[in-house]
Order: sequence, then structure tokens, then C-alpha cells
Amino acid sequence: MLVIACVKQVPDTTQVRVDPVTGTLIREGVPFIINPYDTHALEEGLRLKEKYGFRVAVISMGPPNTEVTLKKAIALGADEAVLLSDRAFGGADTLATSQVLSEAIRKLGQKEEVAIVVCGRQTIDGDTAQVGPGIATRLGYSQLTLVDRIESVDLKAKKIWVRRRLEGRHEIVEATLPAMIAVVKEINSLRYPTVPMRLMAEDSKATLWDNKIMGLNENTIGLKGSATQVRKIFSPQRASGEIIGDGIKDPKGASRLLIERLIEKRALCI
Amino acid sequence: MLLNIRTIIFAAALLLFCWSCYRRFRFLMLGKGENRFNDAGKRIWGVIYYAFGQRCTVNHGYRFGWNHLVLFWSFIILLIANTEFLLEGLFPDYVSFSMLPVSIYVIIEIASVLALLAVCFAMVRRLAFPPSYMEARSRDAFIILGLIALLMVAFFGLHASEIANGSETASYMPVSKFVASTFFLQVQTASLGGYIKAFWWLHAIVLLVFLNYLPYSKHMHILTGIPNVFFKSLTKVNTQPREEFKKGNVFGVGQINLFTWKDLMDSYSCTECGRCSDMCPATNTGKSLNPRLVIHDIKVNLLKNGPVIQNKGAPVMPLIGAGGEGSVSHEVLWACTTCGACMEVCPVSIEHVPKIVDMRRNLVEMNAKVPDELLPFFESMEQRSNPWGIVPADRIKWAADINVKPFETGKTEYLFYVGCFGAFDARSRRVSLAISKILDAGGISWGTLGKDELCCGDSMRRLGNEFVFDRMTKDNIKTFKDKGVKKIITQCPHCYNTLKNDYRQYDMELEVVHHTELINKLIKSGKLTVNVNEADLGKVAFHDSCYLGRYNGIYNAPREVIASVTGHAPAEMERCLDKSFCCGAGGGRMWMEESEGTRINAARVEEALKKDPRTVCVCCPYCMTMFEDGLKSIKADDKVQVLDVAEIVSRGLK
Repeated sequence: MLVIACVKQVPDTTQVRVDPVTGTLIREGVPFIINPYDTHALEEGLRLKEKYGFRVAVISMGPPNTEVTLKKAIALGADEAVLLSDRAFGGADTLATSQVLSEAIRKLGQKEEVAIVVCGRQTIDGDTAQVGPGIATRLGYSQLTLVDRIESVDLKAKKIWVRRRLEGRHEIVEATLPAMIAVVKEINSLRYPTVPMRLMAEDSKATLWDNKIMGLNENTIGLKGSATQVRKIFSPQRASGEIIGDGIKDPKGASRLLIERLIEKRALCI
Repeated sequence: MLLNIRTIIFAAALLLFCWSCYRRFRFLMLGKGENRFNDAGKRIWGVIYYAFGQRCTVNHGYRFGWNHLVLFWSFIILLIANTEFLLEGLFPDYVSFSMLPVSIYVIIEIASVLALLAVCFAMVRRLAFPPSYMEARSRDAFIILGLIALLMVAFFGLHASEIANGSETASYMPVSKFVASTFFLQVQTASLGGYIKAFWWLHAIVLLVFLNYLPYSKHMHILTGIPNVFFKSLTKVNTQPREEFKKGNVFGVGQINLFTWKDLMDSYSCTECGRCSDMCPATNTGKSLNPRLVIHDIKVNLLKNGPVIQNKGAPVMPLIGAGGEGSVSHEVLWACTTCGACMEVCPVSIEHVPKIVDMRRNLVEMNAKVPDELLPFFESMEQRSNPWGIVPADRIKWAADINVKPFETGKTEYLFYVGCFGAFDARSRRVSLAISKILDAGGISWGTLGKDELCCGDSMRRLGNEFVFDRMTKDNIKTFKDKGVKKIITQCPHCYNTLKNDYRQYDMELEVVHHTELINKLIKSGKLTVNVNEADLGKVAFHDSCYLGRYNGIYNAPREVIASVTGHAPAEMERCLDKSFCCGAGGGRMWMEESEGTRINAARVEEALKKDPRTVCVCCPYCMTMFEDGLKSIKADDKVQVLDVAEIVSRGLK
């Protein structure tokens, strides 16, 4: 039985600046990281492995350098890594991305039965939270989003119980396997790779699947298969703030001024 | 017949003693190899200075150490007499007590009296004024002290009865003569023979019991102490051995036989005097770490697992575990600030800190078991080469309002290695600005690496994350080599120590100076003129940074700077110089919660306040943070200010 964790390599958005003139992202020198939510998806996959004896495969669609990310997943304990990389996959929106990922999951499922697909709730670059649900819909899996705890899994009855974190409440949901669960960060705390695992991962290789292997219709993938297109990127202008008082020389005075201003603006009331 | 029994008893006891020693010695051979045989001359000098001179025993204000010095030298002298006695016991026909020149008896007598007095002092002290830092009333201690006392009593009894009997000349034995005239005057001559025999046997049995008890007690240091000093590290223990990251290697120490033989010998040599515990900032603030017990646990673990490992078995007692005698707990390992005070005071040169870091390495590298708060820290260090995970581009923000030149190959003399605190921490940025002002005023050719500067990796290494430290070091060295950096000024003593001592292991010899050293040099050579407003500073108390002082022996530079710019030597806290008390932030403790016991920085701040200073002067960004936080926590930050040496100087620049 297989648990598949979907991960995406993203630019470290806190280090991305938008070129004010051209309106494009300045990507030069920006490091790539694993999408933080996906690290929790992988961690949950590894915990399922430890508890129920699944094998964990990690898949990612992206440029060839994504292999670094996949190696890190192997260092953490993933058993197998598949990299979906082809120029034809490039420029994809969530529709085309979920197409490639779900076909890859189907392909992995031909060798070994897939029980659970774990995704992060969203990525920090696109922030759509659509790819996980897209995969579930395409594959006809149970769709469980915003999961903050896996209560239990019954492999015989093919059932899973999870807790979903909603606004102001939790709900416990029962679903049939196979299922796609999209996790929030609170679901677990991450592990740290041991050095022997890191050294092992350095020598490992991710399996590369390009479109020759996948054999997908070019009109359903990449830019061509995308229903949305990015027309313009810009950073919204924000009115500059003001410095109230002198916080270093007179912190008490400055706080008084600040509170007065907040009351004036009706952000505080007495 | 009697002689035969005597020979048999002596031979059996001595063989038993040799066998015990051999068994203990074989356990040392289970440890990993390490070359401690180089530079024999220096080592012999070390033995003379530290062992025979009892340098660390009487030092550091441990006045009772004089008692040990007396006992030690008495022992050395009595070794001659007792060796003779043992030989006589073994070969009664060939050796007799009278073989020694008579005049030596005066010395032996004096030594015996001194030993008896020293032992009595020690017993009284343990009973009446037990020091808090050791287990003063342990059974072990009283058994040994009792045996020594008894040995001396038997010695005087034997010789006094011989003098009374007329078989011994009294001329060189003033004490025995006194004993004879006091106790044996009334004894009939006929029964004196019985006394002689009885005292002889008492002396023999006590001596043989003592010998055989030694290897099984903490007094084994009598056997291993001097060799341990011989094998001590010839340089300051300010770095950690490198690890080779090859597949199949084991990293850190998670099992007793992964220590080196010298580490194991350290554990045999501990006499449980407790000086390390007395100095340890963790022990002093109620943490579970007690350096003495760490060494004791290693010994217990070795004795328990030694026989099993010798037979190729798996250890039966974990080295790192839940605690309890023989195992070191996680809390103990993470509590160490690596301040090195324990190693500084140890009379037998035990190296505590490298062992703790070795065990941390096992937790981090082999088991990935670290306190939760360290995970984001490790990630930030690995991803962004700074402790907070701040965007590397922000490294240049501290100098936004001044004109800082980049380091230029072949043109710039010094690289100012700002460090993570100097670059990112709001308070330490002010110190960086002060240093740059001083460097300009002193006419120094300097530049920085700007956003290309990386963290030196000190905390990673001390926390046991050697794998990431190794990578960070290689990256840094590549930058230094590419840019042709040879001379470096650091703000932080931790950067200083890492660049200077840790990087040397990577064949990177750098001329590293701490800003206090450079400022001192500039003032002395007249390149800086400083006019400090004394009213503003008030009384200045100085706090030593462990990594500058104990780790690198730099005690005078900051003091001389303060003295020359203020006109007064700084006020010294009770614990200062090599005895200084850590601020609590070293060894990666900066990045961890301090939930156990009381706070180290609070203890240090209280100590500083006893000197009633207006200014506490520091020379390390960690100490700066710890002092400011400590002062805030007791609401004394409006009365006392914390300043770096550089800030005091830069205020007085025109």
C-alpha cells in the first residue's frame, strides 16, 4: 500500500522582490525551498508509514533542479521519489498541474495500490489551494481538506477518519479510501534528517518521468492545458505609515500618542 | 612458616591489585584511538607543573587545596617507604627495612605526621564544614581517609615499639621516639615483641587493603591522575574534533566505546572533588547538568558495559538515556553552555565539554532528537545562514546610514566580519557602527563582505550539528580564499574562536583579531585619541566573555582599553578572569528555552549589581543580550546600562 506525498519546490517568497519597472519577479539569487505546507504533508506521510507500514512515494512537478527537494524528502524517510519534468509541463495552472499529478498517481497505482495522497493545503507562491482537490476530483478519491489530525485508518474496511480545522470549530469526518487529504501546518511538527539518511539521499536519484513516459495529450498539460493565464504581476501600493513620537527617547510619550491616534481612528475604544 | 604465609599474602594481594588494574586498563583500550603521545617534553613539563606542582588544586581560591598538596607530597615520599615495605613483605630474606639510609627516616616521619594531620583535617572538614559542590560525606571518602590514618598509626606504632625494644635507633625518628616514650614506657620488654608484630601486620594489612581498594573507588585518581595530566591537551580545549562524512560512518558518541581512550581515562581520573560543579553555570542555577556526574556516569557506564563489549556484545546500559547512574540524560546534555569553566578548574585536566558535544552529535546526527525550538534554528542556519532565518540581503542594513566599503582583494587589509548579531540584531548593530567608527578613526584599511557574509557556524558546532557546520565552514573558507581574505576583525568572540581555532582544522590559517584587541593596539600606538565623559559611564564593571577569555586567553585587552579611556581599571566581579561566570548563551543555549532551574543571566546580573556599577561593560553580543534581558527582568535597566567596549571608546572619539 502506498502513501503519496505531493510536494512543490517554490521560490522563497519572503525573498522575492517585484521589479517596480517591469512588474516581473526578480528571481535572481532567490533560493528555492519546499513549499512549507508540503513539508507537513510529507511528514504526515512518514508518520502514516511508521504507524501503518505504508510505503511513501513523493512526487513533484517542476524543473530538473527540483531533484534537490526530492532528495531532501528521501533523507527524511521517503522510499521513492518521482520527478515530473518536461518543457511541455511548464507554465501550468492548477488545472493542468492536477492533470499531470493525478496521471502520475494513477501510474504509480498500477504497480502498488494507492491508499492516501497527502498534499499541503496550498502553496506559498500560487496560494490557490486547488491542486489537491483537483487531484481528488480527477481520480475520484475522497476529498478531505484542512485536515489537522488523522484520527485513524482502517485498511480492512478501507476507511479513514480525520479531523478538519474549520473556523471556530473542528469536524471529524469519515471517508472511504483511497483519499486525498490536504493538511494544515498544525497537523504535526517536522522531523530533522539524520546524517546517515542525508548521505544515503545524496547518492539517490529521483525517477524522472517526462511526457514521453507519461504520454499525455499536449492540449491538457502545461500552458496549453491551462484555463488561466497570468497577465500582469504587480505589488499593490501601500500608503506609507507615519512615525509617531520618539520611541527611543520617550517611549511612554510615544505610546500615549499611539493610543490616542488609535482611538481617534476608532481602532480602539474605551 | 610465618615468613611463607607472609610472602603468600603479599604476593596474592599484589597480584590481585595488578589484575584489577589490568582489567581497568583493558577497558580503556575499548575506546577509539587518539594520538596523545606527541611533544613529550611539553607533556613532562605539564606533569611537573600541574601534577607535582598541584597547580589547579591550590588555585582558583580553593584554599583547602593546600591540604591536598600536603597529602600529595607526603604520599610521594611515603611511596619510597611503602615500596620498601612491600618488597620486604615479598622477599623477607633479601630486603630489610634498614636498607634505606637512616637520614631518610626524618623525612618519612615528617611526611607521615603531615599526612596524618591532612587526613584529620579532611575528615573534620567533611564532617563539620561540608562544601556544597561535592558529596563530602560519601562512604568512599571516609574509607580511604580512615585507611590512610590507620596506616600512619600503624607506622608510628611499629617504629615506637621497635625503639622501645631497642631494635631501632631513635636518633632519626623524633616522632616515633616521642610515641615510644609516651605509650611504650610502661610496657614490659617481653611483650614488646608482640606489639611489633601486631603493628607490622596492621601496617601490612591496611596497606594491602588500601592498594586493592583503590581501583574500585574514586581514589583511582591516585593511579591515573598523573598519567591523565601527562596526556592532557597541549592547547586550550577550544575546538572539537572534525568528523568525516562518509557513508557507513557513525557520528558522535552514543555508546561508551565510541569515546577515545583518553575520554575514558578522564572518567577514571575524576576524584569527584566537585570543583567543576562549583564553577558550572548550569549546576549553579539548578539545572540537571552537573559536569562531575557526567564524568562519573561515563565511568559507571564503562565499568558496566566494558566486559560485555569486550566479548563483542551489545551494551547493556545506554550511555544517553533517561538518566540514572551510568546514563546521561538529554536534559543534561542540552543544558551545557560550553563555557569551559569545568575544564579550567579541573585539577587532573579532564576535558568535559568535548564529551558533551560528542554526545550531542549523536542526538542530532544519528537520532535527530533535538529540543523542538532548535528545529527552526537549524533550518534557518542551513537555508539562510543566520539564526533567525532573516533574508540574507538584509545583512547590509546595519550600515544603511554609513559608507561601508566592500572588501577588495589585494587592496583591503582587514575584513570586518560583522557576524549575525552585528548585522541583524538591533542592539548589536549599534556596536557594529561603533566599531566601524573606530576603525575609520584609527586609519585601518577595512571592508565587509556585505550580503555575501555567511554565519561562522559556531552554535551549530557546539550544538552537535557538525554536518551542517562542516558545509557552512567549507562555504566560508571558499569565500575567504576567493576574496584573498587573510586578516579578519570580529565583533563576536564566538566568530573569533570559530574562524581562528575551528577553521584551522580545515587548513585555513587566518589572522583573526577581536575588536577589543585591535582597539587596544590602536590606543597604545597613539592612533586613537579618546576623551570619554566619565559622568556618563559612572562605575564600570567588566564581564569576561568565555570564548574570549577562557577559550582564547584574552583577558587584558578589554581591561586595558577601559582603563586607558576611563582612567580607572574596571570593577571586577567576584567571579572574573578564568573563573568568570558565563552569561548563559554559549554552546547554542542562546537559541534554547531555559525552563529548568533559575536563569543563568539573572544570577550573573545579580553578581554584577553587587559591585554597584552604572555601566556593565561586555565584549560579546551574546553577553550583551543576556545582560540587557537580565537587567530588564529585575527592573534594573534604568539604573544600569550595558555597553560594549567599542561603544565606550566610540563615544569618546572626536
